[in-house]
Amino acid sequence: MSRRQRGDGPPLEFVAGNGLLHRRALLGGGIVFAGAFGSGAPLTGAAAEPLQEPEWSLMPGDVTPVLQKPSRFEANVVRTLSNPKGDARTQHARAPLQMLEGTITPNALHFTILHSGIPDIDPAQHVLVIHGMVKQPLEYSVDALLRYPMVTRKHFVECGGNSAPMFSPVPIQATVQALHGLSSCAEWTGVPLSTLLDEAGVDPKAIWLIAEGADSLAVSRSVPMKKAYDDAMIALYQNGERLMPGNGYPMRLLLPGYEGNMNIKFLRRLKAVDQPAMTYYESRNYSPLLPGGKAYKFYFVNEVKSFITRPSFGCSLSGPGFYEISGLAYSGTGRIDKVLVSADGGKSWGEAAIEGPVCPRAFTRFRMPWRWDGRPTVLTSRAWDESGAVQPLRADFIAARGEAKKVPNVLGFPNQHYNSLTSWGIDASGEIKHVYV
Amino acid sequence: MSMFRLLVAGLFVALAFDTATAIADDSPHLGKPISEVDIKRWDITVLPDGSNLPPGSGTAAQGAKLYVDKGCSLCHGENGKGGPNPTLVGNPSLTADGIASPKTIANFWAWPTTLFDYIRRAMPWHAPQTLSDDEVYALCAYLFAANNLIPVNEEMNAQTLPKVNMPNHDNFIIKFPDRI
Repeated sequence: MSRRQRGDGPPLEFVAGNGLLHRRALLGGGIVFAGAFGSGAPLTGAAAEPLQEPEWSLMPGDVTPVLQKPSRFEANVVRTLSNPKGDARTQHARAPLQMLEGTITPNALHFTILHSGIPDIDPAQHVLVIHGMVKQPLEYSVDALLRYPMVTRKHFVECGGNSAPMFSPVPIQATVQALHGLSSCAEWTGVPLSTLLDEAGVDPKAIWLIAEGADSLAVSRSVPMKKAYDDAMIALYQNGERLMPGNGYPMRLLLPGYEGNMNIKFLRRLKAVDQPAMTYYESRNYSPLLPGGKAYKFYFVNEVKSFITRPSFGCSLSGPGFYEISGLAYSGTGRIDKVLVSADGGKSWGEAAIEGPVCPRAFTRFRMPWRWDGRPTVLTSRAWDESGAVQPLRADFIAARGEAKKVPNVLGFPNQHYNSLTSWGIDASGEIKHVYV
Repeated sequence: MSMFRLLVAGLFVALAFDTATAIADDSPHLGKPISEVDIKRWDITVLPDGSNLPPGSGTAAQGAKLYVDKGCSLCHGENGKGGPNPTLVGNPSLTADGIASPKTIANFWAWPTTLFDYIRRAMPWHAPQTLSDDEVYALCAYLFAANNLIPVNEEMNAQTLPKVNMPNHDNFIIKFPDRI
């Protein structure tokens, strides 16, 4: 008698093709599999090896360090670097999202992009200036801002160029980290920007705010005053500790849901003005070219997106049977409302379980129980958000936005703001490939 | 609801609003007042209408020499034709390589002020903010002239630079107009 047959729950409930199970299989005590772990007679252990004591159980362990590091057995869980020698160009560090779970990216693994290295900023000397079309220009020290009433919110930050390899005309065989690793999610704590703007007294005619960093390029972006007054934050803490240097220490602008480059790091100056500055980054890099030669500008929002992180390229399935499909969904226009998963390349879909609380503009984890029958299959996911926005199917996305004519370098940025589907093809041996559907 | 009740309700709303206003005014106010004169060294943003362009001027001939002397070619190649970092001189088609076509000053940038702003704040990469305003004008003149956007002898200054005609100026679509 198999373990599953002894369970008291209802039989397996398939919701879509190729073995996708109802999400109830994961929730509320595990209706389907409850019997396997609950009551019932113990199984015979005749086939098992007798247990031995490992060496670490027979002697005291290491001295406790002041700052913890992950186990040495997790040494492969690191960011990948585009410019490890720090040549005179941008440095990207991509987050290993396929090796992480939950919805928070640990600070040491949070993605970073630095256009001229990480400045070594002494917080005692750093100030933030608010000026321009205001009643009274003000200068804030870091210590002063640390005394302000703060808010804590969980938000993703994603580079506007994240997922750029997906513009390739053929699927590039690469991990989630290489394809989508310029995205991360943290719990940010800081001062609502509106508090400081009100103290300076912004002229109602000032509809833009020019934000600038203290890095050597003085990276600068124009931010609509609407966003500044809506939910913008001067972030001082990241997952409970002060910001990582690569994430903007000692303070950064946080614009929930807006492309990463606008979330100015090492923030030192905010100037209220009546027109956008058309800085280098908004004029060139983050104005995506469209088929036909026109381009979008002010593409602020990272739109609704999802991708399966496990299983995914870089791992393989060890044989037919039960697997949990796990992935991330997020949207710059609100809370994730639902995620559908397909195991037959989009022919049929089942609704994934979403773990709450679901925060707006934050990573949301979805899970789908799956019983693989060992035949070739294609896994994919598609997300909706509370504003009604839906992740576009690839054919529709490419029709509107185009794709590169040549296969780009996986580290390159043929275009920006890809938010269509990501699909994983699994062959009969369990090998996983990146495919388009 | 009677008129009296409406009035009472209105009074409560007014009182509540007053209280809220009082709390809002109770902001910490820990910012130190500073004058625009004291911010001047940092206030390097140039707007598309030319506001905040500094006094000074430069020509393409001066800029061509600076391009070599300041090491610009290390990253951008000889005569701006491209190197490890973006090509500065050239006008390739915006469609020949589809949506991955290279974006250059001549074929893509919408505003001439972007060039002055970025060179002044960020270049040269290894020694930013070391160029004089005259030198920034000269480098702008050199790059605009090399891209056939101005006559080779036209001087760049606070009056002439914002008037440089950028051919791709009208080819942009605002993606999220409601968010501005």
